[in-house]
Amino acid sequence: MSDKSLSKATDRTIRVIQPGPMTLIQDRGRTGFQQLGVSVSGAVDVDSLDIGNRLVGNSFDAAALEVLLGGVEIEFSDDAIFAITGAELIASLDGVPVSAGVSYTAHAGSRLSLGMVSSGLRAYAAVAGGVDVPELLGSRSTHVASEIGGINGRALAEGDVLNIGEFTSTSGGGRMFEGEESSALSSELNIRVVLGPQDDEFSESAIETFLSSNFTVTDQSNRQGLRLDGPQIESKSGRYDIVSDAVVNGSIQIPGDGKPIILLADRQTTGGYAKIATVASIDLPKLGQAAPGSSVTFVAISVAEAQQLLSEHSERFNAAVLGKSVDSISVQVNGEEVSVGVAENATSQIAEINGNTYPISVDEYTPVD
Amino acid sequence: MAASESALGEPETEARTYPRLLPAGDSAIVIELGSEIDPAINSQVFVLAELIQAEGIPAVIELVPTYRSLLVSYSPLVSKHDEIVDQLTAIIDRLEAAVESAGDVQVIELPVVYGGDDGPDLGLVAENAGLTNQEVIDIHSGVDYRVYMIGFAPGFPYLGGLDERIATPRLKTPRIRVPAGSVGIAESQTGVYPNVSPGGWQLIGRTAADLFDVTSDSPSLITPGSKVRFVPVKSHE
Repeated sequence: MSDKSLSKATDRTIRVIQPGPMTLIQDRGRTGFQQLGVSVSGAVDVDSLDIGNRLVGNSFDAAALEVLLGGVEIEFSDDAIFAITGAELIASLDGVPVSAGVSYTAHAGSRLSLGMVSSGLRAYAAVAGGVDVPELLGSRSTHVASEIGGINGRALAEGDVLNIGEFTSTSGGGRMFEGEESSALSSELNIRVVLGPQDDEFSESAIETFLSSNFTVTDQSNRQGLRLDGPQIESKSGRYDIVSDAVVNGSIQIPGDGKPIILLADRQTTGGYAKIATVASIDLPKLGQAAPGSSVTFVAISVAEAQQLLSEHSERFNAAVLGKSVDSISVQVNGEEVSVGVAENATSQIAEINGNTYPISVDEYTPVD
Repeated sequence: MAASESALGEPETEARTYPRLLPAGDSAIVIELGSEIDPAINSQVFVLAELIQAEGIPAVIELVPTYRSLLVSYSPLVSKHDEIVDQLTAIIDRLEAAVESAGDVQVIELPVVYGGDDGPDLGLVAENAGLTNQEVIDIHSGVDYRVYMIGFAPGFPYLGGLDERIATPRLKTPRIRVPAGSVGIAESQTGVYPNVSPGGWQLIGRTAADLFDVTSDSPSLITPGSKVRFVPVKSHE
C-alpha cells in the first residue's frame, strides 16, 4: 500500500525545537480497521496535506506535520525540501520569510519556524521523503485518544527527532501549486451535505431548521468533531439515540440537546446518535480549518452532485500544474554553467541556484539597466 | 465508559421495510437489516459482510459491521452511488440462502481470574444480585457471548447475552484507570477492556490475554461476528 522507498531508514532527521500547542504526524489515515474499532484519524485538511506532498514530490501516502495554531520550530539535519500549506501564518527559514504553497530547499542545520496561525487552524509542513515513523496498520497517522501512530501516539514534544524517508526525485524545490485554493480559509462556511442516513428521524420542519439556520463552531471542538451551537434540531420521536452503528468522516449527529456534532478524522468508529446528514467529501477539508466562532450553514445536495463535485475536484487537482516559482537564466560562473534566478513571492524573495530554491533576504538591491 | 447502548424500537410514525440502503454521504452506504439488537439480524450482518467481501467489488474500501447494519465505504472516484447500490442489491438477494447455509461461528476462549485484585467489584455484583461470588462466576462464565460489534475503542467488543441475574448498575464514580484485560459488567452488558482506559464498569475479573496488538496485521484477538467465552482460571500463568 505504501511507497517502499519511504520506509527505508535514512540518516536525515528533523529535530523538534519548539513543538507548538499540538503538532501531529498525519498522513491520509488508517483505513481498513474500523470494524476492529480503530479510528481512521489522518489529516483533517486532506487537501492541504495533498498539496504539500505534491509540492515536495512525495506520493500521496507520505506523512507530514499537522500544526495546530502554529508556534513551531524545527531543525533539519541535512539538506531537505519542504513546503508549508494550510492555515495562514508567517513562516521563516533561518529568519528569512518563506511563502506558503512553495517548495524550498533548506540547508543542513537550517531552522524552519512557523509563527502563530492568523487564519484557519492547521498548517501542514511537508518534507520530501515524508516523516518516517513506523507504519502501524498501514498508516503513520497519530490517533492521540487510542495512543496509536506517530511518536508513541502523542503530539510532538521538544527534542523529538523524526526520521525523514528516502527521497529519490531530483526536484530541488521551487515548485508552486497553481491549482485552486480548495480549502480556502473563511470564517463563514457554507457546507454542502447529503441528507441521511437517519434524516427520517427528523420532521420536515426540523430539517428545514437545520438547512436554514446559522450555526457557530464552539470551542468544544477538536479533531474528533466540531460541536456546533445554534437552534435545536428536534427529532420526531423526542429520542435521539439509535442502536449504535458505524459513522463516517463528516457524519452530522444530533444528540439529545439538539445541537449538531460534525464528526471528523479522529471520530470513534461507531456512534449512537441519529445522523441527520453527511458532509460532502469536497467540503471536509474546510471543516479542518474551522476555528471556534466560525459560522456554518448547510445546503443539501444529492449524492450524485456530491460525487460529481468530488470527481471534478480530483481531476482539477491531478491536472493542476506545478509551476516554477522562479524563472532562471543560465550564466557562467568561473567557467561553470550555473542556473540563477530571483523572484518575489507574496511574502518572500526567492533565489534559485541550479534548481534549488532558497528564501533570501534582499536588504539592498540596485536595479541593473 | 461511554459505551452505552439502548435497544430502541421503531418510531411509532412509520413502518420500515428491511433491508434498506441509505447513503451515508458520497462515499458510503449503510445497509440496515433491522432496527433492533437481535442475534438473528446481527448474524445476517456478518454473513452479508462476507458475501460482499467475497465479491471483491473494486470500489469498496472497507466494511464496518454493527448490531443491525453494515457500512460499506467506497471510492466514488471508482464507482458511483447507483452502480454500488445495484451491486449491493444483487448480493443482498443472495443473503437469505447464505444465512441458511452459514456455519458456526468461532468461539474465542479468554482465561479470566475472577475476584481479588483482578476483579475488585465481584463482591458488589454478588451482593447486588443476592448471590455468592462463586455463583456470579459460574453464571458469567457459563455462556458464550455474541460479539455484536467492535467499537468505542480499538478491539472493544460489544457483547450480548449477559444473564440478567447478574446485571449491575455502573459505578457511581468511574475509575480513572482500568487495567487492560479487565472484565466488567455495566447494566445488562458485559465486556472486556483491551487497553488501559478510564471506565465505570463493575470489574469482576481480568484476562492476561493480549487482546489488541497494533503491531500485528490481525490486531484484535476478538473479532466481530465471533463469540467469547470467559474461562475461570486460578492465576495468570
